[in-house]
Amino acid sequence: MNKPTNKMNNVGRPSAPNITETHTDHPTFTGNKALQINEPLLFEVGSVEQTGVDIAAPRDVSANRLGGLDRDEEIGLYGLSEPQTMRHYVRLSQKNFAIDSGMYPLGSCTMKHNPRINEKIARLPGLADIHPLQPQQTVRGAIEVIENLADWLMKLTGMAAVAMSPKAGAHGELCGMMAIEAALRARGEATKRTKVLIPESAHGTNPATAVFVGYQVQTIKTRDDGTVDPATIREALSDEVAAIMLTNPNTCGLFERDIMEIADAVHEAGAYFYCDGANFNAIMGRARPGDLGVDAMHINLHKTFSTPHGGGGPGAGPVVLSEALAKFAPVPFVHRNADDNIVSLVEHKQGTQAFGRMTAFHGQMGMNTRALAYILSHGQDGIKQAAEDAVLNANYVKAKLKDVLTPSFEEQSPGFKRPAMHEALFQDDFLKDTGITTLDFAKAMIDEGFHPMTMYFPLVVHGAMLIEPTESESKDTLDQFIATMRDLAKSAQNGETERFLNAPFHAPMRRLDETLAARKPILKWTPNAD
Amino acid sequence: MSKFYTEDHEYAFIDGDIATIGVSHHAQDQLGDVVFVELPEKGTTFEKGDEIAVVESVKAASEVYTAVAGEVIEVNSLLEDAPETVNAGAETVGWFIKIKMSNTADTEGLLDETAYQTHIAD
Amino acid sequence: MRYLPHSPTDRKEMLDAIGVSSIDDLFAEIPAAVRVENGFGLPNHATELEVDRFFRKQSDKNLAASAAAFFVGGGAYRHHVPATVDHLIQRSEFLTAYTPYQPEISQGTLQTLFEFQTQVAQLYDMEVANASMYDGSTGTGEAVLMAHRATKRKKAIISGGVHPQYIEVIENLSDFGEKSVLKMPANVEVLGHAEIAQIIELLDNETSCVVVQTPNFFGELADFTALADAVHAVKALLIVVVTEVVSLGAVKAPGTMGADIVVGEGQSIGVGLNFGGPYVGLFATTKKLLRQMPGRVCGETVDADGKRGFVLTMSTREQHIRREKATSNICTNAGLCTLAFTIHMTLLGEKGLRKMAMASHNGAVILAERLSKITDVDLLTTSFFNEFTIRLNGHNANDIVNALAAQNILAGLPVSRLLPHNQSDDLLVIAVTETNSDEDFDLLETALREALS
Repeated sequence: MNKPTNKMNNVGRPSAPNITETHTDHPTFTGNKALQINEPLLFEVGSVEQTGVDIAAPRDVSANRLGGLDRDEEIGLYGLSEPQTMRHYVRLSQKNFAIDSGMYPLGSCTMKHNPRINEKIARLPGLADIHPLQPQQTVRGAIEVIENLADWLMKLTGMAAVAMSPKAGAHGELCGMMAIEAALRARGEATKRTKVLIPESAHGTNPATAVFVGYQVQTIKTRDDGTVDPATIREALSDEVAAIMLTNPNTCGLFERDIMEIADAVHEAGAYFYCDGANFNAIMGRARPGDLGVDAMHINLHKTFSTPHGGGGPGAGPVVLSEALAKFAPVPFVHRNADDNIVSLVEHKQGTQAFGRMTAFHGQMGMNTRALAYILSHGQDGIKQAAEDAVLNANYVKAKLKDVLTPSFEEQSPGFKRPAMHEALFQDDFLKDTGITTLDFAKAMIDEGFHPMTMYFPLVVHGAMLIEPTESESKDTLDQFIATMRDLAKSAQNGETERFLNAPFHAPMRRLDETLAARKPILKWTPNAD
Repeated sequence: MSKFYTEDHEYAFIDGDIATIGVSHHAQDQLGDVVFVELPEKGTTFEKGDEIAVVESVKAASEVYTAVAGEVIEVNSLLEDAPETVNAGAETVGWFIKIKMSNTADTEGLLDETAYQTHIAD
Repeated sequence: MRYLPHSPTDRKEMLDAIGVSSIDDLFAEIPAAVRVENGFGLPNHATELEVDRFFRKQSDKNLAASAAAFFVGGGAYRHHVPATVDHLIQRSEFLTAYTPYQPEISQGTLQTLFEFQTQVAQLYDMEVANASMYDGSTGTGEAVLMAHRATKRKKAIISGGVHPQYIEVIENLSDFGEKSVLKMPANVEVLGHAEIAQIIELLDNETSCVVVQTPNFFGELADFTALADAVHAVKALLIVVVTEVVSLGAVKAPGTMGADIVVGEGQSIGVGLNFGGPYVGLFATTKKLLRQMPGRVCGETVDADGKRGFVLTMSTREQHIRREKATSNICTNAGLCTLAFTIHMTLLGEKGLRKMAMASHNGAVILAERLSKITDVDLLTTSFFNEFTIRLNGHNANDIVNALAAQNILAGLPVSRLLPHNQSDDLLVIAVTETNSDEDFDLLETALREALS
């Protein structure tokens, strides 16, 4: 044994779990659960006295020039020191599910991997730290990036032009429909053509957009197999119809197989074809919307081209336009001068046929750089492969789940063997008589470590579950997901309602009372509130 | 008082030339927890079939149309702060508005209570 | 391809499980005539290093604000954003989450939105704020449409002091919705209180709203209290636009002056210049108009255990439920930029914001005095925050700006860049922030003096 003078540690400690101790789920004193720490609001941890910045003292002036409009009363803004700020927001971040931490199969949202090279290049000073209104000769490199991305988007879609300024998908829809209205005005048919045809399966932004531009919406029934019947369209078409708004692949995850016939019918009737490009990820590199007869289509850069979803934006929604609509694209747009080969931004509509302006400045440059980095990384071969893997993954999930969940449009069309595109759609028949809803099922998925799929959309099937795995998921992850979904479905059918009805049990929060939130809206923190 | 319903689940309970308008018990059940009711102002006049209100739950919204024409003489002020009143008693305390009818014949073609019960059982 | 996990074996096994022999079978629905078989004549995939090199080359062609003496404003401002902000917004959990549809696993995003809404309401001195719009200009367009809905009228009167591109956005939306816009002239000499008097004369029972901006496009400040009273007298709404949110650390808030809707750009806080986007639109109103407000809203509630939490609420106003009757078609908004805004504002706090505001203002006061001593320079703005307009008598401001850019001085915004037909070729709008050094001031003054001589 060691002599007492020796400095070596000779006192042992428990170093294996005490296996005789029975596990009890006792509440902690703090309410915290190890890594999950309750974090109060900023206004409960900070104060109006605190700050986390050091700013040089303002220069001395003899008098201010605020014209007597000084803000004398306290604003009430709360501050935190830098380390407190760091901890506050890191702790909050830990309450979020994210693609980086797990599978996020949210249908129609295309939650794919966000490469970090995109973040790195988007922060280069010559691309991030430039002002939209500094002289154009000092920002040619940035304008060329916009031009380069525009070129890829036009070639991938087979379209004549692209409006790069729309700020998100819905803003792109608005831009596309405005271009259509502008074309109708130029033809002198705008007052006559007041209707827009929209299938009932469409995303809610489509009808909202059409009304925004002043159109009446005529809803089109989808046929039993979830697609649009060209005969129904032909019946609805007349010289009062301005356009059809169709999503392809559609919100049921299916390719509109008669799309070309529909496009022809629409064009014969003198109307235009707006395509909602939310699901372009499924066909990019394999088909060009321009060849399908599309006149305008927005592309969600935050879906298809992987700019981060950021908790709900920022997005970007460039709109590709056909030859018929190209000249009506809004300002600004990139122009390359034939004489000196110099690029510039055309910022004023005077002297052009541009319909107007969608936003101040030039659109989402920060998203353009990221999307172009994604596109260049993939190249045309990688883009095609990504679409193929996205479609492969969705069909794999569908094939492995269709005996336990209820795939949509199979019962209505016995022997229905058509592939899904990049999304697999199920409905809640398999939960019939279990007392468990699609919502309960989704909340149980949270406990299993998966973000739920899109629920209750599209509206055309009951209790919809729209699963979009994207190309980013490995086969191993898909197999785990599939096994979990099978376990949950069997558990539901075996009457194990406990697992579902009050789920989630293991998330940072239990189910929240949305009724209370809507009935008595509390939309900001107030000092001394109850 | 005689009770009339539309196929779209509005009711008009008639007492003389005064109609009490609201949504049926069945309708509130379908909507779920009602969180907001948008009501017209007193003094507004409506034609039969006009939109008079919007009733909202957390994930759904429905326009409400009047089955009879006339002028709004009273609005249920309870609903402003306590929209849950509609769930508590859609056909009693949760009524929307009272209308002084301009044409008492408007009730022709509406469903009576028995016919409505049959309609929702289908 | 580094982003795609499947091996050829995986793909083969998966095709077998699906029961098809090749991937082409899954694309069989695409009409044969339009299938792309041989690519697009575009390059194949690139390495990360190649991508990095390409963008560095593009970046190096530009003159970054940080590499210049920088005085450009006009709706986008260069302020210092602490490193903490950019680190935190790149946390995976914030960066790669989407709209918080599942509140139980999205409290991080939701709680920051609640903090954001509170900060915006405080800054504007308004009762409620939403969870953001795309940017200030689109938010302003939506504010006008909201006023039309709320008042059931169609005529908007727009001050000539509103940012010209914001006006273009309003005009564009009004053009397609058949609404009328009465645009006041953008005459720097009559803006401010003289213009307010003219607007009051024009108010009538068809006016849905009046849109004014503070500080206005030329930098001038004005008190809108009397205007608000006059607008309310005809049951119309006052919309106040704020493009430089930092001004609210020094200047009386629009809410205090009686605004019904306050809308603006939040880019100055946390976001950076980004060549014009993404930015973050701030939008606030009164409780009375809450149901007419566009955009997402986060609200407080409790969970099944009675614990406080946050959810997206009042979504019946929105497109995914209301469809063609929605208050707006907006869906994805400015998520990550709201987070950047909130974190930066938290770091600043009341003290930091006020100091940043006064550093910007006092710098502008000093620079304005220095420049106005140059022969041929007239200072046209009397009350201002951090931006003022000078007339370069007999000189084309655009030419001067171009000449100074060659010396790495970005001297400001020529008014003619945005208003080419306004006979304002000699007007230059100059912005100052806490980032401008004394050396910047010296460089600008010297270069401008030389250019004008």
